[in-house]
Amino acid sequence: MRHLMSPLDFTVEELDHLLDLAADIERHREKYAHICDGKKLATLFYEPSTRTRLSFEAAMINLGGSVIGFSNANSSSAAKGESVSDTIRMVSCYADICAMRHPKEGAPMVAAGKSSIPVINAGDGGHQHPTQTITDLHTIRSLKGRLSNLKIGLCGDLKFGRTVHSLINALVRYEGISFVLISPEELRVPDYIREDVLAKNHVPFREVVSLEEVIGELDLLYMTRVQRERFFNEEEYIRMKDSYILDAKKMALAREDMLVLHPLPRVNEIAVEVDNDPRAAYFRQVQYGVYARMALIIILLGLEDSVC
Amino acid sequence: MLNVGKIDEGFVLDHIPAGKSMDIYRDLRLNDLDCTVAIIKNARSNKMGKKDIIKVQCPIDNMSMDILGFIDHSITVNVIQDGQIVEKRKLSLPKEIVNIIKCRNPRCITSIEQELPHIFILTDQEKRIYRCKYCEEKYNGKHRGG
Repeated sequence: MRHLMSPLDFTVEELDHLLDLAADIERHREKYAHICDGKKLATLFYEPSTRTRLSFEAAMINLGGSVIGFSNANSSSAAKGESVSDTIRMVSCYADICAMRHPKEGAPMVAAGKSSIPVINAGDGGHQHPTQTITDLHTIRSLKGRLSNLKIGLCGDLKFGRTVHSLINALVRYEGISFVLISPEELRVPDYIREDVLAKNHVPFREVVSLEEVIGELDLLYMTRVQRERFFNEEEYIRMKDSYILDAKKMALAREDMLVLHPLPRVNEIAVEVDNDPRAAYFRQVQYGVYARMALIIILLGLEDSVC
Repeated sequence: MLNVGKIDEGFVLDHIPAGKSMDIYRDLRLNDLDCTVAIIKNARSNKMGKKDIIKVQCPIDNMSMDILGFIDHSITVNVIQDGQIVEKRKLSLPKEIVNIIKCRNPRCITSIEQELPHIFILTDQEKRIYRCKYCEEKYNGKHRGG
């Protein structure tokens, strides 16, 4: 039995296979509409996350399965002090697969150690969020046709953003990838990403503070939110915040085929006027996330051979 | 000078920094073993001035000394058989450390679930980096014996 804790749990070949399956699901949804008939997904969400939970639930329902679960810790037995290990043992008796989000890092790994059903990490604190990374990869591959030979701009809070760290970790495994890391100096990627991931894998990268100066070089721009509380002082925040807002003026400097991605929710870092630009792919990214989660559920339940 | 007799089979842990022997006694969980243990504190040492020594009389297959590699790799582990030193064991870093150090990441699941073992995995031999098995936080603290 297999679980998914980190995006790197899958080899590049396994990931390619998962993304192929996700692409096939997109093309032939009817083929997969009953593959999970009679199966149940438990969504164990110890903290609220509308987007990820709904994506998992939609994925399971699209496959013909059904969903049980809870959407915050107060409505679960955790409020009575039950351990994650005990909860997963109980849930293993009710469901066939589980997606867990927990504010504490490593909670899904604890669950996986005691579970008799596959456990998917649906986000554990600031640690891992592998299905977001798989969603990002599926979006890039579907819209660009490849995961290699891309110049990728990552913009915003690169220090605390786990989606950015996971995406870098996943993309360095492909050929011809280079990064432009765009952030205020205070919010640059942590040392271990720079040294143990980028430098160690000989991946070219540049760290810059201005989005406008580099946007014209990029194949892909991955935006994240710059939060006020991350800054040391208010003046610095006010001085910097507009530099990291993507608007029509900055988009005019970008290439015709550059894609804009964002893990969402956005606050104000992408102006609403950009939404109608054909290069804005962040809402399509949400749809790709459902296909990616459908493929993941099929693989972890070992149901690939059941496809007619 | 106090004399402690030879052992027939077991281990002599030499060159322990003075005052650290009781920590090592605990880390090796020697109190769980039903065997003779001698702890010598503040022995004279040409090299160190003062040092501690631990002698453990036990079948040599009974004990793993791996954790000493993490605690302090300058400790000498002499393996004794038939009253003679048969091996000076080279200490290497253990691949996994269980319940010796604690994860200090307040966001780690171990911070709220007390019954979970604290497990650290060696992720970089060269840089001696251990990371929490659950949250992957790097262990930054110095071990109390090291």
